[in-house]
Amino acid sequence: MPPRAEFLRAAIAGSAASLFGRRQTVRLCDMGRALDADVSGANVLLRTSNQLFAALGLIELDGVAARIVIAPPDINPEHLPAIVERAGIETVVSNDPALAIEGVNFARLHLPRPGAAVPSSRKSEWVLFTSGTTGIPKMVAHSLEALTGAIPQATAQDIVWGTFYDTRRYGGLQILLRALLGHASLILSDADESAGDFLERLGRHGVTHLTGTPSHWRRALMSPANAAIHPRYVRLSGEIADQAILDSLKARFPGVPVGHAYASTEAGVGFEVTDGLEGFPASYVGRTDSKRGPVELKVVDGLLHVRSPRTASRYVGSADALIDDGWVNSGDMVELRGERYFFAGRVGGIINVGGLKINPEEVEAVINRHPGVRASRVSGRKNPFTGAVVVAEVVLTDPANDNAGFKEAIMEACRQTLPAHKVPAMLRFVPALELTAGGKLSRSQEGRRA
Amino acid sequence: MSIESIVRSEFEQVAREQEKVLSGLSDDTVLLDSGLDSLCFAIIVARLEDRLGVDPFTASEDVYFPVTMGDFIKFYQDAAAG
Repeated sequence: MPPRAEFLRAAIAGSAASLFGRRQTVRLCDMGRALDADVSGANVLLRTSNQLFAALGLIELDGVAARIVIAPPDINPEHLPAIVERAGIETVVSNDPALAIEGVNFARLHLPRPGAAVPSSRKSEWVLFTSGTTGIPKMVAHSLEALTGAIPQATAQDIVWGTFYDTRRYGGLQILLRALLGHASLILSDADESAGDFLERLGRHGVTHLTGTPSHWRRALMSPANAAIHPRYVRLSGEIADQAILDSLKARFPGVPVGHAYASTEAGVGFEVTDGLEGFPASYVGRTDSKRGPVELKVVDGLLHVRSPRTASRYVGSADALIDDGWVNSGDMVELRGERYFFAGRVGGIINVGGLKINPEEVEAVINRHPGVRASRVSGRKNPFTGAVVVAEVVLTDPANDNAGFKEAIMEACRQTLPAHKVPAMLRFVPALELTAGGKLSRSQEGRRA
Repeated sequence: MSIESIVRSEFEQVAREQEKVLSGLSDDTVLLDSGLDSLCFAIIVARLEDRLGVDPFTASEDVYFPVTMGDFIKFYQDAAAG
């Protein structure tokens, strides 16, 4: 196999591909310089207002900055001071001065102009955020080598990638790197763009390979604008792909391969399932084969563990261990039925709403803060549109408050404090909550409700 | 209350809670153009399951996603009739 380029800048040399943003298009052959400041050896926070500038920033920074922390679009501004401190951030790199952080250097990205790139000279550490923690999200360290480990060396020349994901998170970043390394064009969505407008734009640029979560795909299937797209390859990941969404996609795109991939920020890209069925063959566990690459899987106490060169290396700014003897505990529960494993939700009651993970304790803390609430339990309930929704059971201090007005007051407190996907879709008053033998709240598994 | 009016009242309730502006809800309104997002539809379906006792999108053997408001209402009417 030919050696893979060591740096992102070198990998795109000779590429004739384009990055299509909603308002701007960048041809990679015109890449030049998109950043004038010298950030050699610095720890930077890449915080952009759209995906196109995030991609330009990554090309500029890889091999130059010591550490590149990639801020997701929904980062909570209140967490920024702690992130700056934990990751030792010296410079914020952004296209938008409004995203600067007080007391931290600011370097502005612009559309590429002719100019010689800063030579790539060091192995940059790439840092991504996880979701599903309470408080400040965890930062996960990767190398470019680990991030690109699942990307095939030789790819067809006429591929146009599109993704419903955001490239500032692990799933979307995989697609950005696939496009850049494969010299293929990529169509990037925009936060202000409707599902229909993005589908039309995907169609206009001739998307051939399209990826998203099951929830993204359900939304696409609800849009008449999906008539505009004619993909040759359809891929899902980031949430459990159930049989209904796989069958829906096969019915909508006859003859097109529909694959679902297993990957996470910590465990990296695990495997892809292409037989059109939910879950994955039991034969994937316990051994490797050349088709799936150097990924080992094991199941311990019902939890899927992954060992591979594609896993993250460690958490940044935290003493928590990410790897144990090379193994990453994915936190995903699996059940063996016959010759196949099926995903059975997340350990610790973590709820996955449309690809965003939610720790139930964070929502319970908000509900419990309300005077008049004695205790609460938050769980996930299976849902055909977003995979799951958040629901809450609440024990009142005074049962006399069991009325619609009190329920609405608690919901309103949640809406004031939490982003929309974390607010319970439904709240029910119950006389008591079941506890485990150890005295902890008994957590029902996501999707277990009949 | 008819199934249609229950469905419509849930749309209006969720729009209010999520501070979304409904751009009319005639039978041929495309759901994705109604002003609601996927999370809103998820909440509506969960609450309708509690009120009507059925989630036709999960219960159905057919693979189908509603495109218009009319499709959505008909799915519940058919499920109730079946």
